Amino acid sequence: MTSSNTILETVGLTKHYGGVHALEGADFKIHAGEHVAIMGDNGAGKSTFVRQITGVERPTRGQIIFNGASVTFENPMEAREVGIETVFQSLALADELDVPDNLFLGRELVRFRLGPFSILDYKAMRQRTMEALEKTAVKIPNLKNTIRNMSGGQRQCVAIARTATFHSKLTIMDEPTAALGVQETAQVENIIRTLKQQGESLILISHNMRQVFDLVDRIVVFRRGRIVADLRKEETDPQDVVAYITGAKTGAEFQDAAA
Amino acid sequence: MATSNLHGVGDLTFDSSNRRWPNEMNVLLALILIIGIFELLGHLMMGQSFLFDTSDRSTSIFNEQRLRIIILQVSIVGIIAIGVTQVIISGGIDLSSGSVVGAAAMIAMSFAQVAEVNGNANPTLALGPWAADLPVLVPIAVALLFGLLAGIINGSLVAYTGIPPFIATLGMMVTARGIAKWWTAGRPISFPTDGYRAVGDGLMPVIIFVTLAVLFHLVLRHTVYGKHTHAIGSNEDAARMSGIKVGRHKVLVYTIAGMLAGVAAIVLSSKNLTAQAGMGVMYELDAIAMAVIGGVSLSGGRGSIIGTVLGALIFGVIISGFTFLRLDAYYQEMVKGGIIVAAVVLDQWRQRRAAWGP
Repeated sequence: MTSSNTILETVGLTKHYGGVHALEGADFKIHAGEHVAIMGDNGAGKSTFVRQITGVERPTRGQIIFNGASVTFENPMEAREVGIETVFQSLALADELDVPDNLFLGRELVRFRLGPFSILDYKAMRQRTMEALEKTAVKIPNLKNTIRNMSGGQRQCVAIARTATFHSKLTIMDEPTAALGVQETAQVENIIRTLKQQGESLILISHNMRQVFDLVDRIVVFRRGRIVADLRKEETDPQDVVAYITGAKTGAEFQDAAA
Repeated sequence: MATSNLHGVGDLTFDSSNRRWPNEMNVLLALILIIGIFELLGHLMMGQSFLFDTSDRSTSIFNEQRLRIIILQVSIVGIIAIGVTQVIISGGIDLSSGSVVGAAAMIAMSFAQVAEVNGNANPTLALGPWAADLPVLVPIAVALLFGLLAGIINGSLVAYTGIPPFIATLGMMVTARGIAKWWTAGRPISFPTDGYRAVGDGLMPVIIFVTLAVLFHLVLRHTVYGKHTHAIGSNEDAARMSGIKVGRHKVLVYTIAGMLAGVAAIVLSSKNLTAQAGMGVMYELDAIAMAVIGGVSLSGGRGSIIGTVLGALIFGVIISGFTFLRLDAYYQEMVKGGIIVAAVVLDQWRQRRAAWGP
């Protein structure tokens, strides 16, 4: 069932908030190096799905298989440790810190281990920050600048660069360009293309149809907490996807799930 | 593969012109400005210099006595301010430090007394003869332990009950003051041992203050503890998502602040040769004021020990300047109040300007 190059698979992943069934029996699969978009209306369960596979929340039911092994994440750090990096909708950056500080937040490089008073290795962190920024072709005018002094696009780039710093096996981006201008969006999309060339797996959550068709290999559509379609980009078109999102159409193999 | 150019990769550079003017420089300029004002007023109103030595027989440029008074005056509250700075940077506030000083001073002093004064039994003996003539390490350890406990309680309340730091430490402020009064039913405790006297003797308060300031400056700048303190004050959710154990870290921050209040209690009671239940009243506000004047943002994330030390010096200069100009102490307090408000307004203004973009 699980082929050797499947990086992440979920089986019957379910999340209930009290009586609200936010996510119901999601079977999802992504291969190494593949870029998959998750689409759906607001409240369709996209963000809930992401919260389960990144350890922010714990699923009510279901299984997560990462790199061939069944995993349960107690917190986002555990997901990160196995190689799932997430760029959250809320950026999760500390405004008063600079770029390397943010990239290494919570996993600082130290020169001398002494519990909480371990001595920071600023030089190594800056070096690795530059390597990561180069890898993603992120352009940030001044590494020493605090996040507070950066534009929305630059902030997003820092958040994305964080995933590249740690050689993640799977990157998840939750609407990375929702708040950005045209140029900044183009910049972020370029970074995503760079990641594709480098063979990084990516789950992209987006409402932007053009962007999705530009960037990904496969589109998975969520509706009312369920997966209702799994479409290869070449075999579909934007109108088709909209039909699935709005409920005008449901994938044949998902008929009973959506009923 | 990193390029050989350490200052940039592609379009990415360290643009030094874009680097921000450190906030501490503003505080330093304010300090110089205030000294200048007193210097000017001194010549106009008193016919003498404020900080410089103008007498003919002197060998130094500065009026050393006044400098010494300024630094001595602020060093004890300054020790508290080092801890308060860390608490504020982490996004909290500590209102309990003045009361913790009072309680820790009372308790420590009761272990630092001599048994006999001029051949008679010590009339203020708080705990009986068994606690008299103990080695100096005992009262020091007791004061630090009390500060540690107060800090752990503060930190745990803030971290694990979800009540605002303002309320948690307000509770400790009232409780610790109560402990200070209850310890001897309000009687002062006097006649410390020679060893205990030595701790706060002469310029010792200044030496202790400066040593701790340097130590915690390095800790905040160069350790994981410092980075996480800034991160939590800057964006607590981001810190949590990054795997920082926010609750545990807050307990540590408040504990360090509590222990620094303990240190201040030792120095203060040693310097005064006595401990009273009313010791340290309002110190917490002075310490917060020093931090705020020094550019520590009350909304968290921003500030430094250097700033707080400069803020403390501004504080000392103003108090000393008013005395120098023979103005009533009432004016001192009024001006102090005004300066604190001005410093916070300035911080708000700076933040808004930053939010508008670079």
